[in-house]
Amino acid sequence: MTPAHQEDIDAHTGTATTGHEWDGIRELNTPLPKWWLYILYGTIVWAIGYIVVYPAIPLVSSFTPGLSGWSSRAAVTQDLADLTQQRAPMVDALAKASLQEIGKDDRLRGFALAQGRAAFGDNCAPCHGAGGGGAVSFPNLNDDDWLWGGKVDDIHQTIAYGVRSAHEKTRSSAMPAFGQTGILKPAEVDQVADHVRSLSGLPTDKTYDKAAGAKIFEENCSACHGAGGKGNLEFGAPDLTDQIWLFGSSKASIAEGVHRGRGSMMPAWSGRLDDTTIKALAVYVHALGGGK
Amino acid sequence: MSVKQQQMREAALEAKGVSTPLYASRAKIYPQSVRGTFRNVKWALLALTLGIYYLLPFVRWDRGPFAPNQAVLVDLENRRFYFFFIEIWPQEVYYLTGLLIIAAMALFLMNAVAGRIWCGYLCPQTIWTDLFMAVERLIEGDRRERMLKDKGKWTLRRVHDVLAKHFIWLMIAWWTGGAWVLYFTDAPTLVVELATFRGPYAAYVWIVILTITTYFFAGYMREQVCTYMCPWPRIQAALTDEHALNVTYRYDRGEPRASVKKAEALRAANAPAGDCVDCNQCFNVCPTGVDIRDGLQIDCIQCGLCIDACDTVMTKISRPTGLIGYDTDANVQRRARGEAPQKHRLVRPRTILYAAVIALVGGIMVYALATRMPLGLSVLHDRNPVYVKLSDGSIRNAFTVRLLNKELHPRRFDLQVRGMTNAVLDIVGVEKNASGRTLVEVGPDQTREVRVLVTVPNGERVSDSHDIRFIATDSVSGRAAFAKDHFIAPGDRHDERR
Repeated sequence: MTPAHQEDIDAHTGTATTGHEWDGIRELNTPLPKWWLYILYGTIVWAIGYIVVYPAIPLVSSFTPGLSGWSSRAAVTQDLADLTQQRAPMVDALAKASLQEIGKDDRLRGFALAQGRAAFGDNCAPCHGAGGGGAVSFPNLNDDDWLWGGKVDDIHQTIAYGVRSAHEKTRSSAMPAFGQTGILKPAEVDQVADHVRSLSGLPTDKTYDKAAGAKIFEENCSACHGAGGKGNLEFGAPDLTDQIWLFGSSKASIAEGVHRGRGSMMPAWSGRLDDTTIKALAVYVHALGGGK
Repeated sequence: MSVKQQQMREAALEAKGVSTPLYASRAKIYPQSVRGTFRNVKWALLALTLGIYYLLPFVRWDRGPFAPNQAVLVDLENRRFYFFFIEIWPQEVYYLTGLLIIAAMALFLMNAVAGRIWCGYLCPQTIWTDLFMAVERLIEGDRRERMLKDKGKWTLRRVHDVLAKHFIWLMIAWWTGGAWVLYFTDAPTLVVELATFRGPYAAYVWIVILTITTYFFAGYMREQVCTYMCPWPRIQAALTDEHALNVTYRYDRGEPRASVKKAEALRAANAPAGDCVDCNQCFNVCPTGVDIRDGLQIDCIQCGLCIDACDTVMTKISRPTGLIGYDTDANVQRRARGEAPQKHRLVRPRTILYAAVIALVGGIMVYALATRMPLGLSVLHDRNPVYVKLSDGSIRNAFTVRLLNKELHPRRFDLQVRGMTNAVLDIVGVEKNASGRTLVEVGPDQTREVRVLVTVPNGERVSDSHDIRFIATDSVSGRAAFAKDHFIAPGDRHDERR
């Protein structure tokens, strides 16, 4: 300890200084309360305790796990389990209710829509688009044109078992390759393509012979698409008179369809997603705007 | 540590021949009891503020069948804040911003008018410390007794007293925590639940936390909180000016200090003699261990108790009171120069400014509350797909519409779209009524999200982005909310069909 007479006392305040000086400015010694210091020591002790109990120090290929065994991954798993448990009553109610009952109950419907939206983003969006807007060969789920029916039960069946999928209950049909198999000659394909365009009022080529086109259509297409080309939900045969074209409305595209056939597939989700999620998806897709 | 404490300590160290260390042990303070005007004001404010804090959750306010009937309630679960006739939704948290601005400005204004009146009379730390000190005094006696007992031996009686003190402290602290949680749910229900150990876990946790902090801060930390932990003394030291009233000692009257007899003898001999008899009463009653005669200092919370103590002594020795009193720094300097003191200037640029800001923000908040829309409408256009062509060629846009009903009864809104002729509005899951209108029912104090489809028939020429407006009209009151958006169509660019 320094003797008192050596202590540097600031003349103006009469207070001792710390002895530190910067360019003539000296620091007054206003002592810090000791409990501040003890808090500092306390935090150091706490940090040591933390290192012992929790994962803390990174090693080359791992880390010190800590005595408590806590990990953020396990915490997330626990949180998810808690969430599942929290949702359980609503999920149960959804599982028990029929699709029609869900549609009538605002609470169930809201829950199904929320669950359906999430499941759609995870499973359906890659083909149908984030909002179900579709693309060439992937149907737009917002419009009112449905190949296999737009009622909520129809949609549910399509999602559950798919179209031309591997599931035994799959919806199935085929647009034959009229050209490739030689059923129709190229000139006939050309005529019928023009005829199909005329059904929805699209302009036709000068070579189009209405009688010939109609005859080819009558003999080859009307079995599935109907005499007037209105389509058939049972075979997933599209309505050729409306304004919606899954593969495009150009003559080349239609001729290609007649020549090579069409038949895109939709996987069966039964078995991949649980029944409640499929129900929720059906409710969600039905509510996008085109549901019948 | 106050100037006085530090001087005493340095003197003691110097006597031992030791220099000042960098860390100081705390000097325990034994405030003496005191009577007088400021003590009475402090008792009254203590009773008033604690009374409000402990009892407010039990005040009822009828809001009808669909809302809680607690006057002041922070309903975290349903995300609502109720304050008598005011109800605030989370998105209206700007009211809280306004309140915080007003609180800060009120603090500044208090400081400009009379220094640390917040610290001395209203701060929770001061209030609870005062209460805890009163309990201590009641059980262990006044300053001298407590000082002696602290140095004395442990007797059965002493153990009993100390235990009783801590028990009462803990009870007050526990009640403080208990009152806190009552602001977050229906108070009478929660009291019963807590008493029968059926209360929510969070309630017990918060009661324990606030019991500990109250007990620790008011029982042990006391002035250390004000001196070392609280930022306000530092801020107010930067905000104050020489015209603010502060508790000050009148050097011109008090110095030189002398005992009563000596002072009389000096006065008789026409020699200068101050009124201060150096009785140290001002220091003894101080809750933060300040000697006010050392001038303004950061430890002083300006509670005015030294004024009461000094006035009592001055009255006893038949000298004029006011040796310690509220005065401005400007007057202290005037007196030092031998000039006459001037009246306190309440109206100064800074007091006007602070009051104006308070009035402005308060006015804006009152206006906002008075014109608060009891219904709201927000619209979000579908991003994918932006438009849909239907089988008959008509074009449809889909919107997510949220309707807000801020009234405490169910309401029905007539939702319409304007800005396009022949546009048809449908809501998924909501049937149109007989007159073709879409009425959406929204529950009391709730919101409802609906999917809205706007369809324009085939052949209608619309630009590729058309301005539209949604209107939600209360079917009873006729009040309406509006929201702007766009109708997107393929337009001329996409005339060729896919």
